[in-house]
Amino acid sequence: MTTRRERRVDVLVVGAGPAGLAAAAGLAAAGVPDVEVLEREQQAGGIPRHCAHGGFGTRRTGDLGGPAYALHCAAEATMAGATLRTGVTVTGWAGPRTLDATGPGGLERITARAVVLATGARERPRAARLVPGTRPTGVYTTGELQQAVHLHHQHVGTRAVVVGDEPVALAAADTLRTAGVHLVARVTEHPPRPFAAVRQAGGAPLLTRTTVTALTGRPRLTGVRVRHEYGRTTTLACDTVVFTADWIPDHELARRGGLPLDPGTKGPAHDPAYRTREPGVFAVGNLLHGGESAATAAREGRAVTGPVLRHLATGAWPAGGPPLTVTPPLEWIAPNLAGPGGGRFLLRTGRRLTAPLLVVSQDGTPLHRRRLARSVPPGSSFALTAAWLERVAPDGGAVCLRIA
Amino acid sequence: MVAATTPTVTRAGEPLPDGPPYDVTVIGAGVVGTAIARELARHPLRTALVEATDDIANGTSKANTAILHTGFDAVPGTLEARLVREGQRLLAGYAARTGIPVEPVGALLVAWDREQLDALPGLLAKAERNGHHAARLLDAEETAAREPHLGPGALGALEIPDEAVICPWTTPLAYATQAVRAGVHLHLDCPVRDLAYDDGLHTLTTGRGTLRSRLLINAAGLHADAVDRLLGLDTFTVRPRRGQLIVFDKLARDLVHHILLPVPTAAGKGVLVAPTVFGNVLLGPTAEDIDDKTATESTAEGLALLREKGRRVLPRLLDEEVTAVYAGLRAATGQEDYRITAHPDRGLITVGGIRSTGLTASMAIAAYVVSLLPEAGLDPGEPGELAPLTMPNLGEAGGRPYLDAALIARDPAHGTVVCHCERVTEGEIRDAFASTLPPRSAEGLARRTRAGNGRCQGFHCGAALRARIEEARP
Repeated sequence: MTTRRERRVDVLVVGAGPAGLAAAAGLAAAGVPDVEVLEREQQAGGIPRHCAHGGFGTRRTGDLGGPAYALHCAAEATMAGATLRTGVTVTGWAGPRTLDATGPGGLERITARAVVLATGARERPRAARLVPGTRPTGVYTTGELQQAVHLHHQHVGTRAVVVGDEPVALAAADTLRTAGVHLVARVTEHPPRPFAAVRQAGGAPLLTRTTVTALTGRPRLTGVRVRHEYGRTTTLACDTVVFTADWIPDHELARRGGLPLDPGTKGPAHDPAYRTREPGVFAVGNLLHGGESAATAAREGRAVTGPVLRHLATGAWPAGGPPLTVTPPLEWIAPNLAGPGGGRFLLRTGRRLTAPLLVVSQDGTPLHRRRLARSVPPGSSFALTAAWLERVAPDGGAVCLRIA
Repeated sequence: MVAATTPTVTRAGEPLPDGPPYDVTVIGAGVVGTAIARELARHPLRTALVEATDDIANGTSKANTAILHTGFDAVPGTLEARLVREGQRLLAGYAARTGIPVEPVGALLVAWDREQLDALPGLLAKAERNGHHAARLLDAEETAAREPHLGPGALGALEIPDEAVICPWTTPLAYATQAVRAGVHLHLDCPVRDLAYDDGLHTLTTGRGTLRSRLLINAAGLHADAVDRLLGLDTFTVRPRRGQLIVFDKLARDLVHHILLPVPTAAGKGVLVAPTVFGNVLLGPTAEDIDDKTATESTAEGLALLREKGRRVLPRLLDEEVTAVYAGLRAATGQEDYRITAHPDRGLITVGGIRSTGLTASMAIAAYVVSLLPEAGLDPGEPGELAPLTMPNLGEAGGRPYLDAALIARDPAHGTVVCHCERVTEGEIRDAFASTLPPRSAEGLARRTRAGNGRCQGFHCGAALRARIEEARP
């Protein structure tokens, strides 16, 4: 029979990436006595652990590389007084705010007054993208590639194709260059960017409007078959391919806990105070939307501090408001439930928008219209202020955001 | 009890052992070849198992639908019908003793139109002729109650309660482990290039040198026809039938409670939806007759067909994430039965045409093949008992190490989860590398532990697992 050590804490944070660590740091600094962060990896820090490039950090720290930023986030949390435990895996729920965990010290059952889920996101691997062909070696996501090169110093290959044109694709190209791999091409389904001073990754061409139709070779990859939107096909000879971006939240724990997901983000539906539909359960970071920067994740971690403190003080859990929905080409909005709180919303589009006019309405009544004074590319989010939120009828129907 | 010996397993770069000729050499270490080797290990024989690739169960046996069939729909009176029925009983018992994951979920043959509904009573009668008296017809209401997530339009079903799902990787690994521990020599990376038979003795020219053997058992699966031809026999041709499959995320597991089979047509058994013992949901297979015995790639058309069929059966399945896609080749021979034949004049038993039922029938095939030894000119001697074996549990229904407090207290490595999607611990990975047949590739490690097989497909742990494989290489 299994025996579990039963414990209680004030706040249990699941996941020690930038979001979870920022939440823990904020809550501990605000005087919550017992804030505990559980991290299933051996090192805290989340994805920045294996990002060798710079661009991390805060105004106070200046520009940091990923590993240094990971250490900085962990130090902020522990110095504020939070307990950070790595190598401990949360395996499921035993009650509304009770989680089961496994670690080398044994099995635990931890009940918290508030739970903050910060389990992050992953890039969809090749199979999830339904790319046909053989199953050769030499197929990576950026995350696996970065760990192979920067953490394990493994030999990767000699000639690589990178799939995707988001910033993470450039990070993948940088990692390949570090590993001495020649970049054959980058491939994206998107059209070329207008007036693009597109950063050329090591001089390799960016093939736009192009789809990967198959992988060839066994046991090692020998090529990536691609098709241009206008029908032209070719095979790019390579022994390595990196599938980048196409993020999906690591939402298993959220779903196992019965938290409804937002259909656009595939992360838990949540309001501007990062409250999920489950009382006492908050969610922050790329679990909510995937693919955002570490700075955005950390900002959400800091922003959840106030709502968690209020919940701990009052036990109150305001009824969830109506959902916020988007229509194509918009892909998602986060937060995606109306509710008290301000801040800003993040939105994504599936195709490039030029000076789009955004319209917010509820039950046919316009709440807000705003024209963006710039062009918005697919694959990175844009922000919308929350000034219109107070006009949402709490008991009304879904709030709809569209491009007029 | 057959005495345990120091295992003999040779690989690329290592010499083949000298010594007297083998009494029996089995060509092909798939689920059938390993089962035969295990059965031979019970007898006082010098036995070798030779395999062309770097691991056992590395062809058709690793890529199938992982169903422990009852044989309810076999053609009555065929050898396949008999061996599937016997094999199901033997393997169910062996799995229970050995710790091979089996989930007795039962199957529903779902009728989606009037014609299919009208075919169900005939299939019920066939099941009864095959000795399956637990089968029964369900009306539309009961079908919907059993499977609430079925797509609209299910008119009824035939329930086969004894159909089960099984771990397709642990099964041949258990056979091979027991065989090797009981003294069978396993030669991996050892493709057979030529065969000569003189004076009652075979000379096998392999990629790693020559071996001699009195009797040969051809269990080369897709390549069984080519092996027969090396001995001048040209009795059948293997025409691979490719089956592509999609594995859905574990979060889809609650959508389906049984193996959901279509009503079979002349075109084959059709596309099924089935739970796996690992807690995923499988959709497939396609059935494509092809010529290339290495063409295990998936195709856009195949995946589109599966998704279309799956959407009809279980619409919500298509909203879930896909974890993996793979394709296997069934060894079709144009005859709707197994082809197991002793050729006494050639010192050969050919085990051909073992199609999708081979996993279920494997132990009965092995027993049948060994019963043919005298006919093929070899007295196998008295059988003994093999030392019992307990395999690591890979199934979700059994206890997994990461949930076992007593085990973690004894061995804290089982508290460190390395593969997060599949919850595989440091202890399980360590034990796989220390086992009788350790993995040599990431794929081999995945088949022994599940590590790396989950929804992230290596985003989180792939590099760490590869580091372990590279460390373990000699």
